[in-house]
Amino acid sequence: MAVIELSNVSRAFTVTSRTGFRRTRREVRAVDGLSFTVEPGEVVGYIGPNGAGKSTTIKMLTGILVPTGGSIRVAGVDPSRNRLKLAKRIGVVFGQRTTLWWDLPLKDSFAVLQKMYDVPRARHRENLATFVELLDLGDLLDVPVRQLSLGQRMRGDIAAALLHDPEIVYLDEPTIGLDVISKARLREFLAQVNAERRTTIILTTHDLDDIEALCSRVMIIDHGHQIFDGTLAHLRASQSAPRTLVVDLATSLPPIEVPGATVTKVNGPRQHLTFPTTTKAAPLLAEIAANYPLVDLSVAEPTIESVITQLYTPTPTS
Amino acid sequence: MGVYWAIGVRSFRRFSTYRIATASGAFTNTVFGFILCGIYLTLWHERPGLGGYDVSDALTFVWLQQGLLMPIGIFGATTTVELGERVRSGEIAVDLYRPTHLMLWWLSVDLGRAMFQLIVRGGAPLLVGAFVFDLKFPSGALTWLAIALGLVLGILVSFGLRYLVALSGFWITDSRGTEHLALVLSLFFSGTVLPLVVFPGWIGDFARATPWAATLQVPIDIWLGRNPGGVGAALLFQLGWIVVLLLIGQLATSFATLKVVIQGG
Ligand SMILES: Nc1ncnc2c1ncn2[C@@H]1O[C@H](COP(=O)(O)OP(=O)(O)OP(=O)(O)O)[C@@H](O)[C@H]1O
Ligand SMILES: [Mg+2]
Repeated sequence: MAVIELSNVSRAFTVTSRTGFRRTRREVRAVDGLSFTVEPGEVVGYIGPNGAGKSTTIKMLTGILVPTGGSIRVAGVDPSRNRLKLAKRIGVVFGQRTTLWWDLPLKDSFAVLQKMYDVPRARHRENLATFVELLDLGDLLDVPVRQLSLGQRMRGDIAAALLHDPEIVYLDEPTIGLDVISKARLREFLAQVNAERRTTIILTTHDLDDIEALCSRVMIIDHGHQIFDGTLAHLRASQSAPRTLVVDLATSLPPIEVPGATVTKVNGPRQHLTFPTTTKAAPLLAEIAANYPLVDLSVAEPTIESVITQLYTPTPTS
Repeated sequence: MGVYWAIGVRSFRRFSTYRIATASGAFTNTVFGFILCGIYLTLWHERPGLGGYDVSDALTFVWLQQGLLMPIGIFGATTTVELGERVRSGEIAVDLYRPTHLMLWWLSVDLGRAMFQLIVRGGAPLLVGAFVFDLKFPSGALTWLAIALGLVLGILVSFGLRYLVALSGFWITDSRGTEHLALVLSLFFSGTVLPLVVFPGWIGDFARATPWAATLQVPIDIWLGRNPGGVGAALLFQLGWIVVLLLIGQLATSFATLKVVIQGG
């Protein structure tokens, strides 16, 4: 049974802009005919360029924003109609905002959350102990939230979102502004929570390392439309982003001629060639080695960034 | 229910950490108390028995008012101002994905604040004033009970008003205008500028029927024993406004969360 089900979901905003006395109304379709399902225990990376509709989707999934079209079911209910009931079963982290109380020490925020979600005391203590250890919060518990650094606060926020054992966690850019070590630690923590508790995680991010480290599945959205849904390996394979071959020759030569590949850059004796993923590298090498004084070479796979960049900027269709 | 109590208590504690603000606030209230006493003494000297108050009533009014401005939130209160800011910035999203009722939540936060300000600094100007002037103090357990009740109800009415002002940001992009308008109405109709008893005719009747009258004028009149229709009617008047305002507040909350867009990504 899918834990999240969207069918043909849309959300439009009316934006009014004023120039002088003129008011113009324009409709922005932030999410446009989106359909997907998520199974319990999945970790889904939800990515897309700025303004793609990621946060809008998350808001609809939590029930704080009503779709203008289509239907959503989360844990079997319509989120916007059952917002309060559903709230007990989900956890949310909006990277730029905090759930914690600014003027209270971290531990007070946690105490309020225990009451808010009716977590049995023993369970609360157990979870808190675990999270304090895994997220290294021990020294921070007595510090008022406003005195925490961004990374410290974020760790507190993640713990806060998970204290009540939610079935589903939405993380909207949880690693924004964190340093490399904090990011790594956070990813490790989330992976562990998912493995041990079977928590379903929906993660939006602009950091593709988050996706590589955590997500069994990637969903890409652009202009409110879904443009990819599958595994990371699948994503790499699906795209015909060209591979690059770098050859070092014994001497500087004009661009070499090899059938099936084109030279993109010449740098002294070093030449860069690109060839489509459909072409095998070995015959190309044989061809080059037979006709030119080859000294050294390397083949570069397309990076996940380049794959996604290519997806974001669709080639004009003729 | 436990969560509302818990957040109320923490709000109380939060305000207790603002020691300098509390002390300087009480000091300002006391200074204003003396200034107003000067004005009121002149006024009641010219027109003895104005509005049915004698001089001692008028002076007691001043010192009570100065102590109650903050707890009741006549100028607005930190809590509901923060709520308004959260609505404007979209931060309100965080409150909405919690399994708590938005209005009850902020009511608890506001009560925690109000109770701290009432207990710790509410009486301070009155004590100072009582050294200098001959002020009225109520007697009888029942009167004290009525006063306590009237004060809590006054705070609730005030919250009902301030909550609606804060939520207006869901519909009006610049709700600071609403806040300013609300401040003017509050200052005038609560009896802060002048006790409402001094206004004659229909203006007075109208002023005394507004919800703002239920915030400050009514509890002070309970203290003075000057409610036109008696204490029972005064408390019912407050209760009536609380029911009306909180009902509208609840409606506005559901409406806001269903129809309205939360700002920002
Ligand atoms: N309250 C709103 N009023 C009007 N338009 C909005 C509102 N919220 C979002 N939008 C528009 O909807 C689109 C999607 O916004 P959304 O916040 O979902 O993007 P996002 O994918 O989260 O982007 P980012 O990576 O920048 O966070 C944008 O074009 C945005 O301008
Ligand atoms: Mg976003």
